[in-house]
Amino acid sequence: MTTTTIAGHEVEVNEEGFLTNPAQWSEDLAPELARLIGIETLTEDHWKLIRFLREDHAAMGETATLRRASTQTGMPVKTLFTLFPVKPAKKMAYVSGLPKPKGCV
Amino acid sequence: MTTTTKNLVVLGAGTAGTMVVNKLRKRLPATEWAITVVDKDDIHDYQPGYLFIPFRMNKPSQIRKTKRPYLNDDVNLVFGEVERVDAEASQVHLADGTVLSYDQLVIASGTTPRPDQTEGMLGEEWHKSVGEFYTYDGSIALRKQLDAWTGGRLVIHITELPIKCPVAPLEFTFLADSYLTERGLRDKTEIVFVTPLDGAFTKPMASKRLGKLLTQKNIVVETDFMIESVDQEAKVIRSFDEREVAYDQLVTVPLNMGADFVAASGLGDELNYVPVDKHTNRSTAYENIWALGDASNLPTSKAGSVAHFSVDVFVENFEDAIAGRPLSQSFDGHANCFIESGGGKALLLDFNYDTEPMGGTFPLPKVGPMSLLKESRANHLGKLAFRHIYWNALLPGHPLGLRADMQIAGKIPV
Repeated sequence: MTTTTIAGHEVEVNEEGFLTNPAQWSEDLAPELARLIGIETLTEDHWKLIRFLREDHAAMGETATLRRASTQTGMPVKTLFTLFPVKPAKKMAYVSGLPKPKGCV
Repeated sequence: MTTTTKNLVVLGAGTAGTMVVNKLRKRLPATEWAITVVDKDDIHDYQPGYLFIPFRMNKPSQIRKTKRPYLNDDVNLVFGEVERVDAEASQVHLADGTVLSYDQLVIASGTTPRPDQTEGMLGEEWHKSVGEFYTYDGSIALRKQLDAWTGGRLVIHITELPIKCPVAPLEFTFLADSYLTERGLRDKTEIVFVTPLDGAFTKPMASKRLGKLLTQKNIVVETDFMIESVDQEAKVIRSFDEREVAYDQLVTVPLNMGADFVAASGLGDELNYVPVDKHTNRSTAYENIWALGDASNLPTSKAGSVAHFSVDVFVENFEDAIAGRPLSQSFDGHANCFIESGGGKALLLDFNYDTEPMGGTFPLPKVGPMSLLKESRANHLGKLAFRHIYWNALLPGHPLGLRADMQIAGKIPV
């Protein structure tokens, strides 16, 4: 675990760069985290997902899978791939300051 | 003194449902508890056998029986389609209008492959060039396909996790490699393993070992593949990120979902699994509802071993619950999975919520006879023998002498 500075905040991250403490995240971190993985602008749709992920994590104690994010927000999986290309589940979690979804056991 | 008989209703007489009613019937006096189990038909399949059918390692007749002989005589068996559970009223409604009232309810309706959930998967070629081995009919159809195989691209594919027996697709891949080698068709066959995961398996240590085996056997792995559709005409599967994998024979594992009545009753998550406490299998929404086996959202493998170990813990807790005591037992997520690796050998994985699969021996420290995380003949024989144990000891609820919780003695971290 290492400490780094993102958007002026000191945060702890794991070896993959995911925040290890969701409480260290705040909305002003999101655009910078997004930029680090090649997403230049966060649209309203991005925010809809990020806010869902944050609320769902707080309620459920774990990061929503792609399917859960899709069914709960009503956004088709295809759209999630457009918003967070290639690995949407991991990228959404990364930008939202959450651990990557387990979903697979 | 008069006593009113209470009702335990169990939905589903598969592996978990059968074990639980047989175990509880021995513990609960019939004067105090009536036990009713509901299922849609009288067929009980030994599901691990589906994997062996295409390779002629099991005959269909060895894996299919009727339900009644495996249920305690003092358990009521009701045939019917569950329409919904009215949890507020503690009633189960069947499609034919029957209403069953319960004091305690166990949902053990499992998980089902749902090819209808992926565009293009069902169609003319379903159970032909688009095959699957998670149903009785599917595994027999696949046997026919393999019989006629002369070479080409064989693609084994997982739609999405979680699935029943998550190691089965890998086993199918290893068995296909071995089967085609024996038939002199391996050089004419390209085998591709397509997964939505970023590696061969879900657990990092096992994933590394199994990934190595795939490489050794010259099997190509396509990772992070989230399927969008099957194109039966072009014979390709397409992912959401616009990759295509061509096949001559596709062996897919469709999306797995819990029963539709779970959703209709408002008791399920987005895949119709019942949210439960992961240590007790008790519904997080209703104190008198429990979900066992594949029907729950337990964060461990959907597997018969998990059903077995968690049922052992559940029966103790159930007695606590009906006596008004706090639940005394805690399930640790223990799973125990044989992995056929071809050539008459198998690996064995043993893990729980907190502990990754380890090396060593099972079930006895140092003695074994089975070895963990590496290929051996004894593991393969153990897997073959388990069919008899299943019918004759596991379903009737006889103790197998295996502890429900994972043991660390005799295990070696790898």
